[in-house]
Amino acid sequence: MIKLVNVEKTYVSKAGNIAALKKTNLEIKEGEIFGIIGLSGAGKSTLIRCINMLEVPTGGQVFVDGQELTAMSEGELRKARQSIGMIFQHFNLLSSRTVYDNVAFPLEIQGLSKEAIRERVMPLLELVQLETRADYYPSQLSGGQKQRVGIARALASNPKVLLSDEATSALDPQTTKSILQLLRDINKRMNITIVMITHQMEVVKEICDRVAVIEGGHIIEEGPMAKVFTEPQQPTTREFVKTVNEVHVPDLIASGGIKDTYFDGARLIVNLTFLGNSAGDPLVSSMIKKYNVDVNIISGKVDSLKDTPYGTLLIEILGDREGIAQSLQYMKDADIRLEVIGYVS
Amino acid sequence: MSPDMIDLLIKSFLETCYMVLVSVGIATLIGIPLGVILTITRKDHILPNAFVRNVLGAIVNATRSTPFIILMVAIIPITRMIVGSSIGTTAAIVPLTISAAPFIARIIESSLLEIDKGIIEAAQSMGASPMQIIRKVLLPESLHSIVLGITLATISLIGASAMAGALGGGGLGDLAIRYGYQRFQMDVMLATVVVLIVMVQGIQTLGNYVSRKLNKNKIS
Repeated sequence: MIKLVNVEKTYVSKAGNIAALKKTNLEIKEGEIFGIIGLSGAGKSTLIRCINMLEVPTGGQVFVDGQELTAMSEGELRKARQSIGMIFQHFNLLSSRTVYDNVAFPLEIQGLSKEAIRERVMPLLELVQLETRADYYPSQLSGGQKQRVGIARALASNPKVLLSDEATSALDPQTTKSILQLLRDINKRMNITIVMITHQMEVVKEICDRVAVIEGGHIIEEGPMAKVFTEPQQPTTREFVKTVNEVHVPDLIASGGIKDTYFDGARLIVNLTFLGNSAGDPLVSSMIKKYNVDVNIISGKVDSLKDTPYGTLLIEILGDREGIAQSLQYMKDADIRLEVIGYVS
Repeated sequence: MSPDMIDLLIKSFLETCYMVLVSVGIATLIGIPLGVILTITRKDHILPNAFVRNVLGAIVNATRSTPFIILMVAIIPITRMIVGSSIGTTAAIVPLTISAAPFIARIIESSLLEIDKGIIEAAQSMGASPMQIIRKVLLPESLHSIVLGITLATISLIGASAMAGALGGGGLGDLAIRYGYQRFQMDVMLATVVVLIVMVQGIQTLGNYVSRKLNKNKIS
């Protein structure tokens, strides 16, 4: 649906050229929710703006729905943009227009009749649950409601692609959840391709099918969300994953300090991650039987990565040096994702 | 004050109203497109064009820096060409308009610049043309602030119209100078000043009211 070929963007200024986006290749499939995560200044904003040419790339080609946007005239580009919706961090609603008129705005631009606009706007307001707020002005709405108007407006022209520029960054966690839920709904119902940039791993985890991590104008890591989440390769990616998935060893256990090597009477702390249907219990219990060790569960969490169940288990293994070493090897061989935290007394 | 004097005061008041309203009207019609062009041709706006912006900017600045009394005399040939005479209330409208238009253009410019870039970007992302952005985004979004600006321009034109009066333009300023100042008629002077104060108050109050009604950012 979206294809970027060697897209780059360099800002020319007196102080020198700034390469906001270095040669980037990206392919986003129809109907998927694609996340682009990065810290501020990483180039994610530039990247998403290149997709609808709000930022004209200094090199490379941009294809959306088979059309090359980079080869278009101004007029053609305006036409093409009508099938690419966009929502923003600060909503960017017209303050002088009511909710209804804001949603009608893109349709007015296309020159639709009043009746045709009405037929389109009302169902959209229902979709975002704002039908009772049609005559309100944006200043009378909460942040979440404003973003719902933004979404309705972006969907007004029946776009194939929806670009989300930090759409939840200005919202509180609960509102963020409901907006993400709405986006998921829209994605499923209308099979609309969603590209979202964010700095919140929480957002990616909630709804993205695939994710790219961007840093210094480069995509440093890309793949299915669950894979990137459970097996992050790059330090930055690991940092992002940590923000939602940090292993916390209770102070009571770690009070004597965590050592890297075994000592007499030590317990090994390990964090196990289960993805999908990989079963955990047989592994632990058979380990206990086989190697004559004891296992204590310190903490456990069941979560989901979009629709995939996902669990983590923090355990401590008690036993002699050999037993612990063998248990560790056993778990590694079992192809389970584990993270060795260290030895405690 | 004699009844004659009161008649004269009313006549002068109406002349001032006529001069100011007509010149504000025409100056706004010139100032809006001028202000819009000054804004959109900026480097980071929707139609960057340094040449147009610099030329227009220079003309606007030159007009604004010329003292009104000098401008009025300097453009007498133009005034004659347009209204057929360089003396009288109607003739005064020409210099008043010419001095107010660039002022209004700058006011419009600063009002338009207050609009959040994100809103313009959103309109662009929907495929709006520059003309649509001007008509459907820039002007409606800044209307409340433009109204305040035009109120300001109107009030400063009342001041300028007094000077125009000195050159045979009539109006309250002329009345105050001829009767109040030159003939030491204190009561006339006072009456004119009171009328002017009431006028200015009224215009400001009206401007504030309309602007508040148009501003949808603050709805209680």
